[in-house]
Amino acid sequence: MSQLAFEAKNVAKYFGKVKALDNVTLSSQQGKIFCLLGPNGAGKTTLVNILATLSEPTKGTLKVLGVNVVEKPERVRELIGLAGQFAAVDEYLTGEENLFMIAKLYHLSTKEARSRTKQILTELRLDDAAKRQVRTYSGGMRRRLDLGASLVGRPKILFLDEPTTGLDPRTRLELWGIIRELVKEGTSILLTTQYLDEADELADHIAVVDRGKLIAEGTSAQLKAKLGGDVIKFELDKPSDKDRAIKMVTSIATKAVTYDSPTNEVIVPVGGHGSSKLIDIVRALDKANIKANTLALHQPTLDDVFLSLIGTKASDVATDKSSKKSRRHS
Amino acid sequence: MSLTTKIYHQTSDTWAITKRNLLRYIRLPQLVFFSSIQPIIFLTLFNFVFGGALGASGAALHGKYINYLLPGIMIQVTLFGGLQTGIGLATDMSSGIVSRFRSLPMSRGAVLSGRTIADTLRNVIVIGIMLGYGYLLGFRFSSGILDALIMIGVVLLFGFAFCWVSAFTGMKAKDAETAQLSSFVLVFPLIFASAAFVPITTMPKWLQHFANNQPITFAVEAARHFAVGTPMDGAIWKLLLWIGGILLVFIPLSVYTYRKRA
Repeated sequence: MSQLAFEAKNVAKYFGKVKALDNVTLSSQQGKIFCLLGPNGAGKTTLVNILATLSEPTKGTLKVLGVNVVEKPERVRELIGLAGQFAAVDEYLTGEENLFMIAKLYHLSTKEARSRTKQILTELRLDDAAKRQVRTYSGGMRRRLDLGASLVGRPKILFLDEPTTGLDPRTRLELWGIIRELVKEGTSILLTTQYLDEADELADHIAVVDRGKLIAEGTSAQLKAKLGGDVIKFELDKPSDKDRAIKMVTSIATKAVTYDSPTNEVIVPVGGHGSSKLIDIVRALDKANIKANTLALHQPTLDDVFLSLIGTKASDVATDKSSKKSRRHS
Repeated sequence: MSLTTKIYHQTSDTWAITKRNLLRYIRLPQLVFFSSIQPIIFLTLFNFVFGGALGASGAALHGKYINYLLPGIMIQVTLFGGLQTGIGLATDMSSGIVSRFRSLPMSRGAVLSGRTIADTLRNVIVIGIMLGYGYLLGFRFSSGILDALIMIGVVLLFGFAFCWVSAFTGMKAKDAETAQLSSFVLVFPLIFASAAFVPITTMPKWLQHFANNQPITFAVEAARHFAVGTPMDGAIWKLLLWIGGILLVFIPLSVYTYRKRA
């Protein structure tokens, strides 16, 4: 498909002196899950709000399925669905009443609105709770209803702003399942999250943002490769083999081989083709008659990527003064 | 999109939001309180606590203070009810549901018109309750059915106009508590420094100037005229001018504030 799901070119958003977004350029193909990954205050919500026409950029051009969001917000609203971290449904209405209201606001006829409401309640397994006021719902049910509300208009592209924040693991898995289903049906998704495993699990493409800036992007594998790629570790049976072992595998390693004395492990960086190097190492050790107890390939997790990109400050971001300000707006 | 489709969408959007707000009024205990119990308490207290003293000092009409009081207190209760417009909007804005509405291809003014209309419909019920209870306390219309209906219309229209003022202040306030506070600061002096509860002639001169020339006095005097036939000295025309002015200023201002994207 040639048409991009969304694109943002040199987008900036300032709240006074705080740069919530600073010259961000991104785009995503249709039918994919694009993930914005970053800590609180990174600017994720700010970007989603601009794409969803809730807020205007200070600078830059943004398009949703080729439609300019600043020039034709009305048209964009017909294409999108938005579900946020705060379930934006009415507590004092029943699940059914909430969805029916949204359907009417999409200008469906009463009959169409009824059947669409019913369909979504079934899809999100809320039939049993349909006639109950939302304030009696559990957190997970609310989030499902909120997601359901964003699906009423059959959006071509769905913006999910931290859809699983604060959910228990089971509900989280459930939502992941629903999100995958949607993509299968052809919906494009822009997902924001501060959970690395969520991005790793769902995303076709990941953009890492921090303090309004785009720090890195690519597939999960590409981001991991950027970190220096895979590592092969093996534990020596006899510590005295250490020097010989290092000598044998040095030609295979892409960077300096290291030795961890307490665990008796030799660590061999092997770049992006870990599994093929595994065999080379086994052969080399065999040839030198060195016995290894364990031998395994380690791929860096997104955690490693995230920490190495954003640095140790990833966890202190919330206490940083400037990002606190931008977090309030984002 | 053709103009008729646009008008049709606008009407149906407004109705969808109106329905939502009416459902909330039925289900939220504090809203039921404000629209039914509170008016009854006000009417009871004012009538029996102040009735004796004020009735003797010239505020009795056809022999009873309730005839003087009811039109005034109706305006008061309508204004208090109108505060809910702003408080409700401020609540919606902070709860995130307004973000959802903004992301929908619905007409931009419907969130506001749906609320002010729901609040006005609720006022119909409040007025019904007050008239029924007022009758028990001895209130009687004395100028016929047509004037009685005009009186109800005047109260509703004034209430509707005030809802738009409240909508604007509510959106500017950002959270429900501030909205509530700022509205009370606005409404209390206006309602007490008016002809609502006591004849203005009993007030000090400086306050009389203010009381004689503010819209709540015009509303009260017009309502009282159509209810019990007191002279109103053109108050209805001054009131209509005020209502027109308020709507002309606050509808566009509120819609603009709502539409404006951060």
